[in-house]
Order: sequence, then C-alpha cells, then structure tokens
Amino acid sequence: MTAVTTKRPRQALSGRRVREWLIFLAFVLPNVALIAVFIYRPLFQNIYYSTLNWTLGSKFATPVGLGNYRDFFTSGEAGKVLTTTGIFTVATVGLTLALGLGVALALNRRLPGAGFAQATVFAPYILSGYGVGLAWLYIFDPNIGALSAILRDIGLNSPEWINSPPWTLTMVIIVYVWKNLGYAAVVYLAGLQAVPGDLLEAADLDGAGPVRRFFTVTLPLLSPTTFFLMVTTILNSLQAFDLLIAMDKLGRGARTLIFDAYLTGFKEQSQAGYSAMLSTVLFAILVVLTLVQLIVVERRVHYR
Amino acid sequence: MSATAPSRRVRLTPLTVRDYLVLLLAVLVVVLPLGYMILASFKGPGDLATTDLVVFPEVWQPENYSEAAQKVPFGRLFLNSGIVTVVGAGLKVLLAILTAYGLVFCEFPGKKYVFWGVLATMMVPPQVTALPNYVFISSLGGENTYWGLILPGLGTGFGTFLLRQAFLQLPYEVIEAAHLDGAGHWRRLWHCVVPMALPSIATVALVNVVYEWNDYLWPLIIITDPEMMTLPRGLTLLQNSESAASSFGVLMAGTVMVLLPILVVFALLQRHIVNGFTQGGVKG
Repeated sequence: MTAVTTKRPRQALSGRRVREWLIFLAFVLPNVALIAVFIYRPLFQNIYYSTLNWTLGSKFATPVGLGNYRDFFTSGEAGKVLTTTGIFTVATVGLTLALGLGVALALNRRLPGAGFAQATVFAPYILSGYGVGLAWLYIFDPNIGALSAILRDIGLNSPEWINSPPWTLTMVIIVYVWKNLGYAAVVYLAGLQAVPGDLLEAADLDGAGPVRRFFTVTLPLLSPTTFFLMVTTILNSLQAFDLLIAMDKLGRGARTLIFDAYLTGFKEQSQAGYSAMLSTVLFAILVVLTLVQLIVVERRVHYR
Repeated sequence: MSATAPSRRVRLTPLTVRDYLVLLLAVLVVVLPLGYMILASFKGPGDLATTDLVVFPEVWQPENYSEAAQKVPFGRLFLNSGIVTVVGAGLKVLLAILTAYGLVFCEFPGKKYVFWGVLATMMVPPQVTALPNYVFISSLGGENTYWGLILPGLGTGFGTFLLRQAFLQLPYEVIEAAHLDGAGHWRRLWHCVVPMALPSIATVALVNVVYEWNDYLWPLIIITDPEMMTLPRGLTLLQNSESAASSFGVLMAGTVMVLLPILVVFALLQRHIVNGFTQGGVKG
C-alpha cells in the first residue's frame, strides 16, 4: 500500500484552486471531524488507558506501563480467553463456510422457489443478535425448551446448555452459525455463478463425476470467494457480542476477548485500564488479520 | 438419471430431489425457530412451564404483550428506536453522500490520504472505542440523551466507501454538461449525482437502518434510564426483571417486537438489503 503518485507540475496557487479546496473541505469535513473525534481519538486514548490501573468512574488512575499486558499474558487468563476466542472463531467460521457452500450449491441449480429459499436463509443475518439470542435461549432451555423435549422423546438427556461452560460455548456457536450462514450462502452463490460452465462440461467429457468436478474445478475456482468469506467472517466472529451476552449473561462459557473486555470494564470490578488492554489486544489482532488479507490479495487472489 | 443432457425444465432427477431437500431443510431451520418464538409469545404459564413440547398454545394469551409493555415502556422504546434509526441512519447517509461527492468530484491535495483515513475506520470495531467514548460523552452530560446515543456513531466509513464506488461509475459527461451549464457543486450533487446514484444510496440507507435498529453495545453502555432505551437495550431490562420459567412468554413478546419490524422491512426490500450487506462484506 505504498503511494505511487505521479507528481504533476505544481501550478500556482490561484484563488480558484484554493476555493476548490475549501469546497472539498466543506463536503468532507463533517464526516472527517466525527471520525477523528469518535473513532481515531478514542482509539489512541484506549491504548493510553491500557497502561493505567484505573477503575471506571474513579478520578484517580495509576500508570502501570505494560503491567496490564503482563498480568494478562502471565496469569493464565490469556490462555483461557484466547482459547475460547479461538474455538468460537474457528468453529463458527468453519461451519458457516461449509454449510453456506452446501446451501449455495443447492441454490445454484436455480430450481423454482430458490429465490424464496435464498431470502429466507439470509434473513437471520440482519436480525438483532440480542433478540436472536433470546429466542434461541428459550429453545435451548434444558428444562422447558423445545430442544430438550425433542431430545427426551428420542431418549436423550438435554446437555446442560446453561450451566456447563463447554456446552454454553457450543450452544452459542450453533446459534451464531444459524445467524450468519445465509450471508456465506449468498456470497458463495455469486462465486458459483461466475464458474464458467464450459470448464465443468470439459471435465464432464473427460469422465469426471460430479464429486470430482466439484473438488477439481469448482472448489479451486471458488478459492477467492472462500478467502474473502474467511476474512469477513473471522472479523465478524471476533466482534460478536450481543448474541453472546444474550445467551451467556455472565460470560461463563462464551467469554471471548471482546466479551471479556466488556465484562471487566463495565461490569464486575469495572477495571477500565485492564479492559482497555483487552480491547487493544483485540484491535492488534484485527489489524494483523487485515494486513495479512491485503498482502494476500495483492499477491495472488484476484476477485471480480 | 442422465446428468449429461442439460435441460431448462425441472425434472425430478435424484439430484433435483436432493437439492430440494437441502433447500427445504435450510428454510425450515430458519423458519421453525422464528415461528416457535412467535407462538411462544402467546403462551400462558401452563404451556410454558412444562417439559412437554408445546408448539401451539392451548390458551392464547396476547396479554404477554401488555405485560411486557408494563414491565418495560415498550411504546416509548419503539419511539426511541424509531428516532435513533431514522435520525442516525439519515445523517449517516447524508454524511456519506457529502464525503463521497467531495472525494470524487472535488480537487484537493492529498485527497487519497483522506479517503484512506476514512476507509481505515472500517477496521476499528465500535467495541474498541466504546470505553473512551463513554468517558467522553458522559463527561459532556450525554448519558441518557438522544444526542449521546446517536452522535458517536455517525462518522461513516462504510457508506462513504460504497457511495464513492457508485459515484465513480456515474457517466461523467452528464455531470460535466451540468457544470458547463453553470451548475455549481451543490446543484450538481443534488440534481445530477444523487438522482443517478439513488439505488446505491437506498442500499446504504437500508444497511444503516438495519444496523441502527439492532445496535446494542453503545445503547447498553450509555443508557440506563428505561425511558431512553432502544428496543434491544430494553430487552436486557426485561430479561433481567424476568427470571421464572413461565416468564418466557413475556420475554418472547418483547423479542418479537424487536425482530418483527426488521423482518417486515426485509420481506419488502430483500433484494436491496442482501446486496447492501454482501457488497464490501462489512456491517454498519
């Protein structure tokens, strides 16, 4: 991302040019000012907060340098929180992409009714994560939920979705995939429609069956789509919050990095400095992922 | 069973049957939980506090809705959500239009860096800025106010990005012709650019409407007064005030009020919304 500017010969500063610049500023400044004040300023302030021992609401804060970072990474909390974050991210991304591709393949046949199916499958993606979480909490309830009733009918006991942390995490993963699957399906569908039919026909004439055609032609051609989806769904999963807090209010099973940052900063002991450290770590992860994406895209993947 | 003979008409081959089953399953997986939620919002305590699977309420109890409205001022929350959504999304679209116009049609040294600076904000999740913004806004007295709720989220990278793309693709001759006719920037923006880019603007507006309606973290932090809460924020209050198993009916009534408006909007405008959310691949 280096700037390759072709320098034009400098023109004299005429009144007209300056006027044109002022017009540009008038158009752009409201948004840019809001961004500076409410995105960039807090971004850096957050990094500063992360070096403080400070309780939210207190007038006093002690600078502790990298103490919060040291505490996090040496106390074993990092291992726990990052493992939860990792499991949640890998599981949701993997399942969303795999199931999304499956649905996209079915949609791609353009059977009558496919348009309706596509819209229906996409719908959960735009619903409130908090509302979706609550709706599913009722279904998952181990005592009175529909799922436990169905499981009991087939002779199984309902897992302790609420009281056992690993099951809570599993439940949240299932619902998150349910919510995001349609997005992956629609993006994959667009990718599938760009796969040239003659390539598939050629493979067919060479005697490749549908399974082989899928793995040797379709899937490799979809790799830019897969990459794009991987990046966007990883970023989304790392930022998942409202669905998590709706289903696991105290963060006993689904305490990912972002959830941890909220709970430590605004609930529990209101450790604002520590919370700022956690969201700084999250931001660092997001920056690295974005840079990796930019590098990979420049190197080899060309979409559109 | 001949997969080799391509045909436009749908034949009931095993492949077709398989694909229909996949689609049917996918649709059911989405529709059943939502339908169950709606039915549950009409269930009385008897149908709720049971280990049996009750799909349809034995006794319909629409009182759940009035009870939910008693515990949490839902009418007021609807109004608050409406205000925040309309004003927030409206201003965001306006800001995006102005910024995109400046970036595409005006001259400025280092314009590119301004664009990158705006674009890079898409990498900053609201959660990272929440704590300092909370400290800042509450120090200005913005807690439990509309402006405190709306203002910090207004700066828009996503809308600017999408509209800049759209404006770049407009036929330059039309805008240049208006220019030669003596139309200034303001006139060109509202009489040429905006009408031509209306579909893209609508897309950005819809995405922002959905985003504002669903937004949860910021209202959770900045609003504590029930009278000022948005709907998703109010659900939290309802969830915290309800704990008995039989209270799920009231809770589901509240949830329906949050989810249904967006579902209706989606049903009406699904193509635009799907496009909006899959372009650029980012929310908000």
